Amino acid sequence: MSELGMFFGLLGAATAVLLAGAGSALGVGIAGRAAAGVVTEDPSKFAQVLLLQLLPGTQGIYGLLVGFITLSKIGLLGGGDVSISLSTGLMIFAACLPIAVVGLISGKSQGQCSAASIGIVAKRPESFGQAMLFPAMVETYAILALLISILAVSNIPV
Amino acid sequence: MASDWSYTYAVARIRVLETRLLTNNDVSAMTALKSADAVVTFLKDKGWGDSSDGNEPERIFALEEQKTWALMKELGVDFSVFDVLSLPNIYHNLKAGVKEVCTSSSNEKAFFADDRFGRENMLKILSEKDWTALPAHMRKAAEEALENMLHTRDGQLSDVIVDRACLDAIEAAGRASRDDVIRDYAGSQVAVTDIKIAVRAAKTRKSLDFLLRALAPCSSFDVKALAQAAFQGEDSLLDFLSSSGFREAAEALKVSPSVFERWCDNRMIETIRPQKYETASVGPLVAYLLARENEIKTARIIITGKINGLTDEAIRERTREMYV
Repeated sequence: MSELGMFFGLLGAATAVLLAGAGSALGVGIAGRAAAGVVTEDPSKFAQVLLLQLLPGTQGIYGLLVGFITLSKIGLLGGGDVSISLSTGLMIFAACLPIAVVGLISGKSQGQCSAASIGIVAKRPESFGQAMLFPAMVETYAILALLISILAVSNIPV
Repeated sequence: MASDWSYTYAVARIRVLETRLLTNNDVSAMTALKSADAVVTFLKDKGWGDSSDGNEPERIFALEEQKTWALMKELGVDFSVFDVLSLPNIYHNLKAGVKEVCTSSSNEKAFFADDRFGRENMLKILSEKDWTALPAHMRKAAEEALENMLHTRDGQLSDVIVDRACLDAIEAAGRASRDDVIRDYAGSQVAVTDIKIAVRAAKTRKSLDFLLRALAPCSSFDVKALAQAAFQGEDSLLDFLSSSGFREAAEALKVSPSVFERWCDNRMIETIRPQKYETASVGPLVAYLLARENEIKTARIIITGKINGLTDEAIRERTREMYV
């Protein structure tokens, strides 16, 4: 039974890293295409569009953070022998889901929003600050999911 | 239409290039310049043409068109989405080809450059009557127009046959397209062309049969009612337009034919204007192509006006609204 608990704990960590990372990869990819389009015509905007491209990259970092905490929790990162029951493993898995799912969706959405904001910078570089705000709004929900995942994983008794 | 993020790179490039399009202020500034040479210099300062153009306006315009299409090729988008935009040109080449084949008078300048249906290919197809070499929507009209020209020498009827087929093809392409911008463009193009035909027919008192043959069905109004109104005369036509949601067209017609032409082009720009806010579709690319055509047309109007000594006011009456 404890092996199954460990499996679900590990599955939670893997899901958080995998889905949130995939969301970031999609988002950074979409924004990157837009950034490349702008820089092709106007290389002077490289720094501005690079910042906008990087915004959707945070979900992957959040997923990685939750993954580390989870691995530590289940004893795979220098925690010694930890026995994880099936129910605890399932709880850890459930705790990882917020950042996994929200990370995937918000990463991609933020990339799309960043691409649109890169369009603003392309036409009005002076509106860079405002352009940053639109994709930053999407970040709010990734942070909320991160908080819940960290709180939940940290407070599950092992 | 659902978003298509594969256009993200292309749209971002277009956003930068839109900042280099002529604005309404630029058009006003060009109109206020003293001579055609000054307008050419203004355009050269904006990056138009190249070192080989010899400050020749038509050469500059041709180069600008080439640059636009070269950009579209570079963006690597599926060119079939632009087919609807090339329909008027290839149908024009068909008309020019029919005339050249039947009258044996050569006029190279009457043809638009086109990779598939330029002068040489079109003349070959028409001479050999190889209708299968033409797109399906063109074959019947080409055969009918050529036969009519050979037997009756009625160039106007041949033109009507080809023009009607062109409008039907644009309408069908719009209906088949999954891109909103193509649908809107096609709908607007057919409606505006129908109105132009009706106006000319009303002025020259054409028969109802002629009108029904020339006008293509469109979603904006009942073409039979439009034909009937044009047949009854200009006043009746103006009333019809006013009551069919084309009050501005009627108002423009009351002022002058050039103001009406301006309204026609401005309506097209209004149709594509929402594409300025589109991020993930082919719409901004199509809109950019049309905007480039519009600014080239406007620059040509200004230069022609200056060469012919038109007043600034007369030129201003003819200049189009810009996209940006």
